[in-house]
Amino acid sequence: MSITLSIIYLISTITFVIGLKLLGHPETAKKGNSIAAFGMGLAIIGTIFLNNLEVPIFIYILIIVAILIGSVIGWLIAIKVEMTKMPELVSLFNGFGGASAALIGIVEYGNNQADITQVTTIIAAIIIGSITFSGSMIAWAKLNGSLKKDIRLPKYNLINNLLLIALIVFGFFIVNGSINGEIIIYILLLFSLIYGILFVIPIGGADMPVVISLLNSLTGIAAAITGILYDNMVMMVGGILVGSAGLILTFAMCKAMNRSLSNVIFGAFGGDSVAAKKGSTIGGHIKKTNPSDVAVLMNYADKVVIVPGYGLAVAQAQHVIHELEELLTKKGVEVSYAIHPVAGRMPGHMNVLLAESNVSYDKLIEMDDINPQFKNTDVVLVVGANDVVNPAAHNDPSSPIYGMPILEVEDARSIIINKRSMNPGYAGIQNELFFNQKTSMLFGDAKETLTKLVQELKNM
Amino acid sequence: MQQIIEFLKENLQLIYILILAVFIGVEVIKNIPAVLHTPLMSGANALSGVVIVGAILVMLNADPNNYVALSLGFLAVVLGIINVVGGFAVTDRMLQMFKKKKK
Repeated sequence: MSITLSIIYLISTITFVIGLKLLGHPETAKKGNSIAAFGMGLAIIGTIFLNNLEVPIFIYILIIVAILIGSVIGWLIAIKVEMTKMPELVSLFNGFGGASAALIGIVEYGNNQADITQVTTIIAAIIIGSITFSGSMIAWAKLNGSLKKDIRLPKYNLINNLLLIALIVFGFFIVNGSINGEIIIYILLLFSLIYGILFVIPIGGADMPVVISLLNSLTGIAAAITGILYDNMVMMVGGILVGSAGLILTFAMCKAMNRSLSNVIFGAFGGDSVAAKKGSTIGGHIKKTNPSDVAVLMNYADKVVIVPGYGLAVAQAQHVIHELEELLTKKGVEVSYAIHPVAGRMPGHMNVLLAESNVSYDKLIEMDDINPQFKNTDVVLVVGANDVVNPAAHNDPSSPIYGMPILEVEDARSIIINKRSMNPGYAGIQNELFFNQKTSMLFGDAKETLTKLVQELKNM
Repeated sequence: MQQIIEFLKENLQLIYILILAVFIGVEVIKNIPAVLHTPLMSGANALSGVVIVGAILVMLNADPNNYVALSLGFLAVVLGIINVVGGFAVTDRMLQMFKKKKK
């Protein structure tokens, strides 16, 4: 490696640290992203052109073609995707990174089978890379709705743990040379892929953000391990940086849901015990309402709080909700949004979504700040949110979400809940809030219903 | 045991670097406002695409007659660069929105 390339790697590594740091503040985040992207570009170009290796020209052409193809695909997906699809997109990209690490491992196994350190890193890269890949693909399928069910084999925790132990033992035998041969590595790959699937498939969709964050962290670790293989500093430090940052983010997300990481992974949220219970304890009468009644209610309110949830994202109702907010503000109503830390499918998901439709920053109020305000609120409009407003988190110790901090919308004078049907939320638990005397249900698709509501308000 | 001690001796510098990098990662991410969790996750995801460097090295080091290695390397480069370009582009798009309504 030339000294120039080493310096380039050093610069790239510094840009990664600075970029990540700047990403943590709203004003500097965009700059941080650009700085990190610049560093990455530098590392890639440097690796191709300053490597001091004797490489036939057609390989250079192949590399450049591969980079062009991948860049165009990545760019197009990133530009075209709707903001509501963000979480699954991160998962998809993350899976690709993992697959890349696994492929590197496979090729390198063909080259080095003597050195123990080398083989260890190769085996680790294959196992972690392919678990990340198949796990991310399952998370992606779950989030975009093509895989709805949480499939749980009997004793799945036991099976998964045994499989993981088997994988590690298998890897160990490859490292110490007890078993070898080209075919072995493909068997290892296959079982790692299977483990990734089995690892993610029992976990409920509501917990997918945590899983994606965890898998993201694993990709970082896979990159770092591959870096050890090449003694490549930018890969090692960059990978570890993502690995530890991703892990902290994972814990932050778990904390927002008041659950431990092991509970998310092994707990099977909304599992059998809950299913048996649901519906049996909660019942009563629900009150239905319609857009014109809600329009009247809001028109004469002083303070309205909107609680957005994933339903808003699915229905693409972020623009119409902004229209509603502007209309009410014009009529002299004080409007704000209550943002639960895990509303949507990712922390911050609602912020991104509402920002897209130009909702002003200071109208988005975080949970701890808005909760005391509900007492003085005339109307709360819950759009496509469920678990984050479920009082069971406060008063039902047997509920799977017991202990999770929620938005205390019950304190408001009246509660309007817009949902498509009475189906329970993503966590699969019924919500007694719907049967509250102050609650009226506004059934229908969020976008359609809100558009009607806006029309009614305009006519007043 | 002897082997482990040997390994530690040989790679002490590496171990230092990795442990310090873990602390940097933790410190840099601590106390991030929830608003930025999604962009941050997306940005970190783009950074994990640094594995592309390894994919390029695979191709550079491959025997020109080893078509299996070349094709797998090619695929690794394509997948890695999708992760990088897509990741940074989508993070930028998200942050663009934050900026617009800040003024």
